Amino acid sequence: MITMQNVCKTYKVSKRDAGFSSALKALLHREYELIHALDGVSFTISEGEMVGYIGPNGAGKSSTIKILSGILTPEEGTCQINGLTPWKNRIEHVRNIGVVFGQRTQLWWDVPVIDSFELLKEIYRISDHTYRRNLEQLSEMLGLSELLKTPARQLSLGQRMRCEIAASLLHDPKILFLDEPTIGLDAVSKLAVRDFILKLNEEKKTTVILTTHDMQDIEALTNRIILIGKGRILLDGTISDISSGFNSTEEGLAAFYKSHNI
Amino acid sequence: MKLYGKYFMIHLKSIMEYKTSFLFSCMGQFLVSFNVFLGIYFMFRRFSHVEGFTYSEVLLCYGITLLEFSLAEAFARGFDTFSSIVSQGEFDRILVRPRNEIFQVLASRIELSRMGRMLQAVVLFVYGIRKSGIHWTYPKAAAVVLMLFGGAMVFSGFFVIYASICFFTIEGLEFMNIFTDGAREYGKYPVNIYGKRVLQLCTFVVPYALIQYYPLLYLLGRGKPYYALLPLAACLFLIPCLMLWKIGVRHYVSAGS
Repeated sequence: MITMQNVCKTYKVSKRDAGFSSALKALLHREYELIHALDGVSFTISEGEMVGYIGPNGAGKSSTIKILSGILTPEEGTCQINGLTPWKNRIEHVRNIGVVFGQRTQLWWDVPVIDSFELLKEIYRISDHTYRRNLEQLSEMLGLSELLKTPARQLSLGQRMRCEIAASLLHDPKILFLDEPTIGLDAVSKLAVRDFILKLNEEKKTTVILTTHDMQDIEALTNRIILIGKGRILLDGTISDISSGFNSTEEGLAAFYKSHNI
Repeated sequence: MKLYGKYFMIHLKSIMEYKTSFLFSCMGQFLVSFNVFLGIYFMFRRFSHVEGFTYSEVLLCYGITLLEFSLAEAFARGFDTFSSIVSQGEFDRILVRPRNEIFQVLASRIELSRMGRMLQAVVLFVYGIRKSGIHWTYPKAAAVVLMLFGGAMVFSGFFVIYASICFFTIEGLEFMNIFTDGAREYGKYPVNIYGKRVLQLCTFVVPYALIQYYPLLYLLGRGKPYYALLPLAACLFLIPCLMLWKIGVRHYVSAGS
């Protein structure tokens, strides 16, 4: 069970005009602009649910994920995940979550993938039994057996993403955060990743929260979507709320963005 | 500790992927420090004493300081290169792992190519010991171990300060090199040759003298016995460093997606 209530997060961004003289001026006197990345965000997600978290670039998706996973501390608001506040009980909290950042790797670049997995086993204190069982299951579902002995730098993006997802599930997390998991993947890999997420949610009842710009991901995976723009929740509902009356979800979404000026 | 071993093995395996590069950087490290040794050598061809210290005593001093520094650099390298850890988003990853973040930063970078510098330090150290004519006893050997330990801690402390500042600003931290690389270079000579003011500063504010000058006097039989324990006092320096770090972590604002 995840509840977020009235969470606010602001960033201080320094700004200056182009040109050398304004660069000099900025050296002496910095002007800051406050960016409200999150402006009173509230929602509830129950156990075993699969939720698509969408919005344009810079809307606050990543900030939300980072707060939920205990990386950032918000200025205001409360957040409870299975009874814990992520930024206060960080270590206890992160034991129960898995995080995949689509654009960043957690695998060691120069060593075989299996070595990275072994290190994770140690970091999360996974028992031999659980580790072997999960590794077997995951490599079967994601087709990893060929890849495990290859250094991460020699994998294709699709292969690497499958390994990334496996890496964040070795410790049986109750909640999985996926930040743009299908970005840059070819059709085959995309389908494989989607299939896997569906199965995971069905079989293990893992709560999945995913951010993406790919509406087909959302259509294939979730009923519920939360739409954020300029740091505010604009819609908490289903895909049909957006797509009804349009030829595709994409068009509906674009029209929605336009009508809200985001 | 077992986990640190695992990290160590991964670093070792990574390095083995690029054997030639590793060898060359070791050699580079060795030669850089060797240069400094030549500097000392030629200076002492002209002068036989510096503030009452002889050639071999200065070499011993430099060898110990260099060894302290390279120990800190090899094992606390994560803090030294912390700005890259932050800007590459690696620190986000560290925060979603159920382990202490200081431990993870330490383990995420183990710089084995610093072996070259360490080797140079060991050579100078052994040479200094042979020539200095110190009459070795167990307490004196223990004092050397304490110096190495305390010294590695003090230099690590500076790396931690350096890393903590990264939480507030990512750029323009070169001035911190005065305290790390600078101290290594000035550490060739016992701190007192720079004058009384510097010695006071290095005793009470930044504890360089506690890991170098005072215990060295003890080794050479010119200091009081308690001088040997001063490197332990120098470890207290880590407390304010770690406090600064804690404040920094609370200010952490990640690095985009």
